Amino acid sequence: MSDSTLQQSPVASNEKEFLSFVLGKEHYALDITTVKEIRGYEAATKIANAPAFIKGVLNLRGDIVPIVDLRLKFNVGEATYNEFTIVIMLHVHERIVGVVVDGVSDVVRLTEDDILPPPEFGVAFDSQYLLGLSEVDDTMVILVNIEKLITSDALALVDPNQNMSLAG
Amino acid sequence: MSIDVEQFHGVFFDESEEHLQAMEDLLMTIDVDDPDIEELNSIFRAAHSIKGGSGIFGFDALTGLTHVMETLLDRARNQTMALDTAIVDVFLETVDTLKATLTAYREQQPLPDEQIAAGIEKLEATLKRQDGQAQLLAQAEAAEVEEDEGFGFFDDIPEPVAEADGTSTDALFGDLAFGATEAEDSASSAAVKADEEDDGFGFFTDIPAPEAKKDDAEEDGFGFFVDLPEPAKTAPVNVTPIKSAAQKPAAKNNNSQSKESGSIRVDTGKIDGMVNLVGELVITQSMLSMIGRDIDGQSGELLQAAIAELQRNTREIQESVMSMRMLPINMTFNRFPRVVRDLSQKLGKQVKLVIEGGATEIDKSLIEKLVDPLTHLVRNSIDHGIESPQTRAEAGKPASGTVILSAEQKGSSIIISISDDGAGLSRERIMDKALQNGLPVSLDMPDSEVWQLIFQPGFSTAAEVTDVSGRGVGMDVVRRNIESIGGRIEIESNLGRGSSFSIHLPLTLAIVDGMCVTVGKQIFVMPLLNIIESFQPKPEQIQTIGNDNVLWIRDEYWPLLPLHQMMQVDDAIQEPTESIIVLLESGKNRLGVQVDALMGQQQVVIKSLEKHYKKVAGVAGATIMGDGKVALIIDVDSMAQSCQLNIKQEVCA
Repeated sequence: MSDSTLQQSPVASNEKEFLSFVLGKEHYALDITTVKEIRGYEAATKIANAPAFIKGVLNLRGDIVPIVDLRLKFNVGEATYNEFTIVIMLHVHERIVGVVVDGVSDVVRLTEDDILPPPEFGVAFDSQYLLGLSEVDDTMVILVNIEKLITSDALALVDPNQNMSLAG
Repeated sequence: MSIDVEQFHGVFFDESEEHLQAMEDLLMTIDVDDPDIEELNSIFRAAHSIKGGSGIFGFDALTGLTHVMETLLDRARNQTMALDTAIVDVFLETVDTLKATLTAYREQQPLPDEQIAAGIEKLEATLKRQDGQAQLLAQAEAAEVEEDEGFGFFDDIPEPVAEADGTSTDALFGDLAFGATEAEDSASSAAVKADEEDDGFGFFTDIPAPEAKKDDAEEDGFGFFVDLPEPAKTAPVNVTPIKSAAQKPAAKNNNSQSKESGSIRVDTGKIDGMVNLVGELVITQSMLSMIGRDIDGQSGELLQAAIAELQRNTREIQESVMSMRMLPINMTFNRFPRVVRDLSQKLGKQVKLVIEGGATEIDKSLIEKLVDPLTHLVRNSIDHGIESPQTRAEAGKPASGTVILSAEQKGSSIIISISDDGAGLSRERIMDKALQNGLPVSLDMPDSEVWQLIFQPGFSTAAEVTDVSGRGVGMDVVRRNIESIGGRIEIESNLGRGSSFSIHLPLTLAIVDGMCVTVGKQIFVMPLLNIIESFQPKPEQIQTIGNDNVLWIRDEYWPLLPLHQMMQVDDAIQEPTESIIVLLESGKNRLGVQVDALMGQQQVVIKSLEKHYKKVAGVAGATIMGDGKVALIIDVDSMAQSCQLNIKQEVCA
């Protein structure tokens, strides 16, 4: 764990907290304010005519929530499901979406200055879904613009006609 | 001090709507020859409350209209003006205009200005017509009125108090309003007469800007009382009992108001939230009882007993929460005396409306959706069903026809029926029209099937098109509306003796009676309402057309849809003869659906898929089973339609 998370100093105004997670061998991070909860993977109810990366729907305390496997969507690592597989429940634009990852590692604090522009290639994610890159403890962490990704047409989680209102 | 007045708009709209409904109900029952003064007082007070509230919030169009109406009503209750049917009609029209205006304000739509202007004009015309009679009386009373003029100041004071008491928790204001309301009754009539005396009718024609001298007093009053709503910030729930305490003493025989006492207005969102939480509780409890089965010994027994207790309690909580969403169907039925009165007058028919079972409770969301189909059916009954008095007399029936609107609960469904003792449906005319429209009919069709023909789009046997009905756009819409809320409609008819339309509805939209079926490892729920029967097919019942199987049952071919194919389940039974076929019906579409096995019947809570995901073809929603897993609920309607489409495509190919 990095030192920065152990210190309970208040978040500086230009500092943002990110939750870092692992997909295959790569390290990613997303804005922690979008995270509702983190839980172990459990089999979801399959939905017909949905792309393979949508694993189905789960009951999250009464809400029917879709589960997306980003490893399948972006061809990173192997989509295995065991007791270590993690689902990050995100709360984006009044919607809850579960994202399957290989593991969550840390909470990192970054300022604007720590974030480098994203590379145009070499990352599984399309650069339009990235906020940038950063180095944490000598490891390259890719910062994902999760709001944009979740509401994107590529994931097809939202009806196109509903998309407009979400963007607003 | 600045207060966000807008936060009270919702309360004002709701209350005004109630006031308007109360006015309409009272106007409907009033006896024009011998009007009950208490009833007239209640109508007056309702108009006055709307005027007061709309003044505070600056809804000037409402203020203007209610003001003239109030003047007329005031004369009526002081018996300086004799009521007649024409005046009641004008009042009813005004109530309609007020309703339209209120809706326009609520939805922030453009105001129906022309309608308002016409309404004011009509009221003023009535006012002028009464002028001759009123003038005499006014002059006669002028002397005493002069002395009372001091009361002019008090006239409007009680008004803001009465408005504020809805949101204030201080019982003191209730008392104050109570006392003040009485003072107001005498004072306001005095003031109105004083106005007549001073300015003739000049004052009343200026309505759109009701800024006369007495409004100065009004403003003083507001300046002081507008601050009152403050306490409501900490107590957002309306304390209605105080309001009724202020209004009730004068409205002894006003049922709708006395019913209101002891109730609070709660946002439906909050109730829905509770319904959800209770659903969760039910699931948690069934998880607990599953775990509890594995515990042996004495503590296991104790646990079982405790869980049984919990089960009972949860069921009771569930029932009481569900009952919060229920409202008496009178909320819908109440409007029909008006509809019947207007329409029978217009058509020159004599119609008596009988309402039965108005206290039957039904889900709030259904109440709103029932209005249109019911209105249509009632209008149909009067327009087409009930004959003119002469025809009735010739047929040996009483000149006045009867329309019975009734509601009753049978098991988990509500049956609403509209029956009339009119002419009944004419089989011949329906058959003729069906042939004309090129519908597939045979002459030996049973009556029940003939009656169903009237639900076809564009079907009307009315001899001529009136503005009441006959355009043939109605009945198919009625059926669609009813099916969209999970109901169905049945017709019974006897030529010459009348017809009866009955609507069968589920008690609530939140829960559906379902049949749980398995396909592979997955569970699906089919609405019980759509299921005709289920069976294991014999090899000779399955026939192949193209790539698809069809079902041969009781001399008919049915499309056969394997659910595992539709829902893309891999580990399901492929062979139809080894599986179970469920025959489903939706509207005029029928199909057989192939599943692995039936699990059993269960009430399930419907959850939306669209909330966090999107619409899925063939799926109406999802539900959570006892083990916490999600099961999809089949949308029979869309499934039947897609199935129909497939067959058509194959036939064409």
